[in-house]
Amino acid sequence: MTDASADGALLELAGVQVSLPSTVGPVNILRGIDLSIRRGEAIAVVGPSGAGKSTLMMVVAGLERISAGRISLAGHELSSLDEDGLALLRRKHVGIVFQSFRLVPTMTALENVAVPLELAGRDDAFDAASEALNSVGLGHRLEHYPDQLSGGEQQRVAIARAVVAKPSLILADEPTGNLDGDTGHQIIELLFERRRATGSTLMLITHDPELAGRADRIVRLADGKVVGESVGALA
Amino acid sequence: MIALALRLARRELRGGLKGFRLFLACLALGVGAIAAVGSVTASLMAGLAADARAILGGDVEVALVQRDATDEERGFLARFGKLSHVAELRAMAVKQGSEDRTLVELKAVDAAYPLVGTIGFEPEQPLARAIAGRGAAVEPALASRLGLAVGDVLSVGDVKLEIRAILAREPDKATGAFTFGPRVLVSFDTLRATGLLLPGSLVRHQYRLMMAPGHTIPDLRAAASAEQPQAGWRIRAFDEAAPGLRRFLERIGQYLTLVGLTALLVGGVGVGNAVRSYLDGKLTAIATLKALGAPARLAFATYLILVLVMAAGGILAGLVLGAVTPMIFGRALAVVLPIQAKVGLYWPPLAVAAACGLFTTLAFAFVPLARASQVAPGDLFRAQISPPRRFPGWLPVAGTGAAFLALSLLMVATAQDRWLALWFLLGAIGSVFLFHGTATAIAALARRAGRPSRPLLRLALANLTRPGSPMGALALSLGLGLTVLVAVALIERNLDRQVNERLPERAPTFFFIDIQPDQAEAFDRLIASTPGASDLSRTPMIRGRVASVNGVPADQVKVAPGAAWALQGDRGFSYARHVPANARIVEGKWWPADYSGPPLVSMDVNIARGLGIGIGDRVGLNVLGRVIEAEIASLREIDWGTLSMNFTFIFAPGALDRAPQTHLATVHLALPQEEGKLLAAMGKAFPNVSAVRVKDAIDAANRILEGIAFAVRVTAAVTLAAGTLVLAGAVAAGHRRRVKDAVVLKVLGARRVEVLGAYLLEFGLLGLVIAAIAAVAGTVAGWAILVFAMRSDFAFSAIAVAGSASLSVVLTVLLGLIGTWHALGQKAAPMLREA
Repeated sequence: MTDASADGALLELAGVQVSLPSTVGPVNILRGIDLSIRRGEAIAVVGPSGAGKSTLMMVVAGLERISAGRISLAGHELSSLDEDGLALLRRKHVGIVFQSFRLVPTMTALENVAVPLELAGRDDAFDAASEALNSVGLGHRLEHYPDQLSGGEQQRVAIARAVVAKPSLILADEPTGNLDGDTGHQIIELLFERRRATGSTLMLITHDPELAGRADRIVRLADGKVVGESVGALA
Repeated sequence: MIALALRLARRELRGGLKGFRLFLACLALGVGAIAAVGSVTASLMAGLAADARAILGGDVEVALVQRDATDEERGFLARFGKLSHVAELRAMAVKQGSEDRTLVELKAVDAAYPLVGTIGFEPEQPLARAIAGRGAAVEPALASRLGLAVGDVLSVGDVKLEIRAILAREPDKATGAFTFGPRVLVSFDTLRATGLLLPGSLVRHQYRLMMAPGHTIPDLRAAASAEQPQAGWRIRAFDEAAPGLRRFLERIGQYLTLVGLTALLVGGVGVGNAVRSYLDGKLTAIATLKALGAPARLAFATYLILVLVMAAGGILAGLVLGAVTPMIFGRALAVVLPIQAKVGLYWPPLAVAAACGLFTTLAFAFVPLARASQVAPGDLFRAQISPPRRFPGWLPVAGTGAAFLALSLLMVATAQDRWLALWFLLGAIGSVFLFHGTATAIAALARRAGRPSRPLLRLALANLTRPGSPMGALALSLGLGLTVLVAVALIERNLDRQVNERLPERAPTFFFIDIQPDQAEAFDRLIASTPGASDLSRTPMIRGRVASVNGVPADQVKVAPGAAWALQGDRGFSYARHVPANARIVEGKWWPADYSGPPLVSMDVNIARGLGIGIGDRVGLNVLGRVIEAEIASLREIDWGTLSMNFTFIFAPGALDRAPQTHLATVHLALPQEEGKLLAAMGKAFPNVSAVRVKDAIDAANRILEGIAFAVRVTAAVTLAAGTLVLAGAVAAGHRRRVKDAVVLKVLGARRVEVLGAYLLEFGLLGLVIAAIAAVAGTVAGWAILVFAMRSDFAFSAIAVAGSASLSVVLTVLLGLIGTWHALGQKAAPMLREA
């Protein structure tokens, strides 16, 4: 198995469908998504609430199983992997930034960032984590716990954690959704700067048109389908 | 992975004990109960072992009944070491100048007494002075009963004893642990002067030996069988001292351990609840770790380590609690029991308690741990992370089964009575299914019952039946605790009934013992002349022991545990022309009244079955060294409950007629005021005859029962306390939801009293359900223990059951309301803004 497909696409989705059972019959959340994302590309996924943006992100991260279709990430067919296989794939290739940060409250900033490297068995986990926190401007907050940090600082820790293992793909779900405008801007700057520094591919979910405009490509989702694509304003 | 799991667990521990207080309390309480029972039993056993020589009175005790050793036998024993002679018999004592007579245990000792330990007198003095001449020392109980002081005179038989001292410490007192009369210590010279040493008198001679260097106890046993095979004595080594007390302690210890284990199982439900609710709060962290690439088993291992660390804390607290219990209660026990607890740390019972705690934790934690580690990391993209509800997988289910199995094996392996432990386990498993199943069934029924029109009743029902309702867990935990309480209440009630209420209306007032055959007729005349005396029954009694069964020596006969006592030590035998009134022949035939053939015997049917023998089999009975072989002619079913005399072995006339014997008699007195007069007249006419008041014997039995009942109640209370903790935990866990409900209801216009009414209804219903199930399960448990373990009758007592069951309703409602009162006082605005 190689880490990338031949044509340079890091992520490929073909006919991806997700339907979940409910008391009134199955609910189709994704209805045949075809999408290909190149290495190093930044794409923004936009669309109204209920369009399936978060589900799309979950299936890409291997956190939700698809009902039909095919997803390939870095040359790995996701549907052929079991839970532990998917966990290993995430460990190696995916970094995630959540809207509500999702830091472990009993761990310091340094430990939160070190976790992905510790999971990978890296001896230099803490050195690399410390470096990552320095790079997001939190070198002085290494030993602080999440509840001792502001919202913006927590999201910086989350970004450091997402990029510390130099993943091929960074997934960011409304990364500024819980932050005020100024802080949100700073976070976006940081996210794109880090992405450039690591050369990672970025998939960003947002409602913010300005933020979406910073991506290379904007994918519009509605009712579980891709309804349009455009090039980002700054691309 | 383990190293990483350890690191992650250590970080999680920074969260402190929050969410684990209930877990720790439940585990500490359950482990503490088991450790305490084990430590107290071990300390008493160690006390028994440490003082074994003092309790027995030497390295070896050689006992003879009804006869003293011959000079040759005494010479034989003296070859093996230093010898001391003690003789005991029951007698009547009366204070000079008073008519008040009472039964005493007269004990004559020689100058060598005691070979081990020290004897204590008040006022202090050497033994020789206390019993010199007609001097005597008496137990404090006798002094208070007859109002005796040092210097007073006490008549026993033909002698007047001068009380020289109060007996403050008697080293070998535990040998006869449960006696009816207080001790009077005299010299052999005095004993002989009493005139009570008549042929057939129930005098017990004991020769205690301190083995001389070079001699061993097995040597003595071997030489005794070779050189004195007909002596008919019983040889006991110091490690067999007080076998009755030892068995009693072991049995009580086992019952209490099982009650303690119930407390631990109840606490286990609390442990499970606490682990579940703690992990519910950790779902985000677990999902985050999984999103970062941690496999589910790493999450499982991390939180398992955390749970084990917490469990170690709870177990340690329980062990400390258990270990210090003998130190706290040792003194109190010394007052009740004739032995001194040896205070110290007893590792085996503590290790068993710790292992019980560990297995219980694992048994109740595996499934919640597995469920939590199944949390979907995709939920991180949603506002709320819901706990997974699907099947946790076969591995944790197998782990749970293995932990329960380990707990069961441990209980059975360490039990004195393995069958009892096994039945207990089956009962516990049955109860778990019963409580869980019934709670689930009631929830399902309530769901189907439709929607009551009153909204508050609807809310109460919905709270009980909604997914994740604590009813199932509560029914199990509080229900198990209450089951124990109901069972204990029923057992207590039944034992009390047996001792106090089931006495036949015309129960004998007195047992008279040691009537000489030549006194029999005069005795009958005295009774006949006593106003209100009736139902006189007089029977000859010969002491002896079973020597062989169908030619096999008694000590090699395979025997059921319930019948073993019949082959141990000396028994009373009788002979009769007619079937006794309180027995009926169930097999074989009673002999004709004028029978004069070869020896025949009639046996208690239960003992015969226990020995595996029946009609036509032969038993050899050793009476004063002479072995009589008799054929079993009939089997009798005896109703011992009438308190009339009966014997396991009754011979046909002829075989025992000329053996040294005394007569036993029972008599009913209709006029209580005649009791004292009869005893006084009896004392004058037959000073050698002792009278046992049946009421005194029953009082003695009641005192023992009260002590046991207290210990059982305390341990059962621990079980209930564990159940209450679980209930409190469940109420606390549902607190936030209740606050929200209360706020919404108040916003919608419900008054506080109405909201309170809904909660009252919810907890009242819950309490009723638990009470109803516990009443049924407790009754079944009580019945099973009484009928199968205690081999006694069972009578249902509505009062005992209702008393314990109503406690459940009150407890549940009270705790529920305390928990929700706070919810009613909450301001609506902050909660609504938050929502």
